[in-house]
Amino acid sequence: MRFERREHRPVALVIATPLIAVAAALAIAGILIAIAGAPVFEAYWNILKGAYGSRLSATETLTRATPLILTGLAAAVAFRARLWNIGGEGQLYLGAITVAWASSHFIGTWPSALQIPALLIMGAVAGMILLLVPLWLRLRFSVDEVVTTLLLNFVAVLVVSMLIDTVLKDPTAFGWPQSQSVADAAMLPKLLARSRLNLGLVIAVVLALVLAFVQSRTVFGIQSRAAGLNPQGAVFAGVPLGRTLVVVACLSGGLAGLAGAVEVMGVKGYVTTDLSPGYGYSGIVVAMLANLNPLGVVVAGLFTATMFVGADGMSRAMGIPSYIADVIVALSLLTMLIAVFFTQYRIRR
Amino acid sequence: MSTPVLQIENVSKRFGQTLANDNISLSLHKGEIVALLGENGAGKTTLMSILFGHYVPDSGRVMVDGQELPAGRPRAAIRAGIGMVHQHFALAPNLTVLENVTTGTESLWSPRSRRREARAKLLAISERFGLKVDPDARLGDLSVGEQQRVEILKALYNEARILVLDEPTAVLTQIEAERLFATLKDMAAQGLSLIFISHKLDEVMSTADRIVVLRGGRHVAERPASETSKPELAELMVGRAVTRPVREPSEPGDVVLEAAAVTVRIGGVDRLKAVDFRLRAGEVLGIIGVSGNGQAALAQLLSGTAAMAGGDLLLFGQPVGALSVEDVVTAGIGRIPEDRNKDGAIGEMAIWENAILERLSNFSRHGLVDREAGMAFAQTIIDTFDVRGGSPASRIRLLSGGNMQKLILGRNLIDRPRVLIAAQPARGLDEGAVAAVHERILDARRQGTAVLLISEDLDEVMALADRIQAIVGGRLSPPIPAQEASTRKLGLMMAGEWEGETAHAV
Repeated sequence: MRFERREHRPVALVIATPLIAVAAALAIAGILIAIAGAPVFEAYWNILKGAYGSRLSATETLTRATPLILTGLAAAVAFRARLWNIGGEGQLYLGAITVAWASSHFIGTWPSALQIPALLIMGAVAGMILLLVPLWLRLRFSVDEVVTTLLLNFVAVLVVSMLIDTVLKDPTAFGWPQSQSVADAAMLPKLLARSRLNLGLVIAVVLALVLAFVQSRTVFGIQSRAAGLNPQGAVFAGVPLGRTLVVVACLSGGLAGLAGAVEVMGVKGYVTTDLSPGYGYSGIVVAMLANLNPLGVVVAGLFTATMFVGADGMSRAMGIPSYIADVIVALSLLTMLIAVFFTQYRIRR
Repeated sequence: MSTPVLQIENVSKRFGQTLANDNISLSLHKGEIVALLGENGAGKTTLMSILFGHYVPDSGRVMVDGQELPAGRPRAAIRAGIGMVHQHFALAPNLTVLENVTTGTESLWSPRSRRREARAKLLAISERFGLKVDPDARLGDLSVGEQQRVEILKALYNEARILVLDEPTAVLTQIEAERLFATLKDMAAQGLSLIFISHKLDEVMSTADRIVVLRGGRHVAERPASETSKPELAELMVGRAVTRPVREPSEPGDVVLEAAAVTVRIGGVDRLKAVDFRLRAGEVLGIIGVSGNGQAALAQLLSGTAAMAGGDLLLFGQPVGALSVEDVVTAGIGRIPEDRNKDGAIGEMAIWENAILERLSNFSRHGLVDREAGMAFAQTIIDTFDVRGGSPASRIRLLSGGNMQKLILGRNLIDRPRVLIAAQPARGLDEGAVAAVHERILDARRQGTAVLLISEDLDEVMALADRIQAIVGGRLSPPIPAQEASTRKLGLMMAGEWEGETAHAV
């Protein structure tokens, strides 16, 4: 058996790929559910019900999807240009703590119309800065950014942990390590009353649309893609490699920082060290599930959120551990990678 | 004659719509060198992949010493004594020569490696065939020619009696190639049987005993080397008579590009050392030399990807300092890079994107790319320059080497550049494509473009260039008019011997 590169990728195949991959993942996870002793279809039905069965659960799913879309976009835009930003988690926390700090100490008295945009920008800039350091190391000394961005996650989370236990600690939190809250004027408007669903989702989806446009229609989009696919050829064609990567890093780090800002300003109101259940890392999965396509990231983010929220509900109803959500998402990534391979290659005997 | 050691019988193989091999038969005798001649895409590599078990043929069979070889089993092919020397070496650069050669020959479960025996065997083989190489050298430190020797040694180490070489000279310099062919002849004299794949007529004529010509997947002719000629083979290979165009005399115009004592330093080494040349409108200046003597630095400097460390460069009479790619392109300098796959194209991007990538500013407004205009531009190139095998929206990787080169030529020539920097423009192309590329270059010359032709192909330079300078060790010889050039004289110049001074080749 051999694999041969496909000369053409039929459009139908490209669209069917993720659907087939998810179906395969659900089938495999179904075996695990059966082993756990539950009826498989009922379990999946309960996941759907848990994710969309009520007004509360549907809004929770969308709320959960928001940071996943943003970190997914952060990973997608970087990976497209072959900038391996694994540091989304750290950038997210740095964006979050920057927002909490700025709002509680400096601009909390500003009106919402000014404060919210200012905070969003600050959160994004914080994420950018955290990614520009590893990028500088790569461009100047060829230091592998996979290692530096990954390790900076721990640095960032520990710095945040220190800050919320010392200078930014909320004195009214009964001793819990928790940052001071952002001002009420800093909270993002709710999309629906009596829910946690907020403007962050709109921001995330709009940014996905903008990014899709930028990547397919602009000079920067073509140049960053060229830089990622063949740096040597890009240099020959006059693409400013360093400058392009700096812009890519600003977009990627900015999006991850924004995810942290939106999570604080839209949902939590303050920072703790469990602000993110690994959104930065899940963003990588979301981006890969979407095959690095910005619009696909929205769908993949929703899918991942559906699994996580839905599995909680299913777990309560049927006694299957909610870890099955992790299994399904992880399996989906594996089946997706295999499926993408088959869109590029065909089997020959 | 004795029974052949290898017989390929009626092999056919289809890939989708294309019949890559159509009922091909071939035999090889002990001590014989057979050349498999054909253009790119004629089915040579497919046939050899079937022989080596990489592909399973749709029909037909392979016999070694009268025994049928099981299809699709590379291991069985190795055991039967077939050794393959790939065009792109299948070696690990971080291992030593000895480790590379012995990889795969020992059981994974054996507790120790029989290094001493392996070394003795390797040294014996390298002695016997005159393939000198240090067994402890790290492969990545070796030159391409030496790496190829390791690849051959690896096949011989596996007791190969039938050696298949896929375009062995594609990566070699002229001198290395000559050395290789001497070795191959010696190996045949010692009883090995060889097949080598090539599309170069010279080496086929000088080395092979028998020549098999493939065209469009079919076996079109078979000739003993002693009973054929280059023109006949060229015609058989292309299917029609091909003649490479030759420049006609003309009066060159003004000097458009002038270098005085220009030095280029890359990676802390002076790759170009105080070179002088003048390039005039409507002429071709040939820079001939064995590759690795500073051609890359010269091409990079004029392409805008390397900076000048000293000297003066005058473009259209104006002194220029550091050139960026953008400066070069907007100044009307066309660039044909030496490596079209690495430099000249982004394989996974569309043809139209590749067509406009280096002149995006002409195809965009306020940072937005004008896709329609880009597609139209690409279509114009495809029509004007006869690029076959793709539409503007298809990926450029799907084009054959010749068609990709035509596209690269097209994007540079379509706007009538004043200067064209062409580095090895016909390297690796088949005869038909070479003639097409040469015709385009002469066409540009006729239109008044000044062409700097950097090449290591004597025939190419002698056919196209008005004046010729040799490049040796980063230095340029004074120019000689093409009328005074002979193979012998150019050979001496390439060895660093020119009147008045002697430089030393590296």
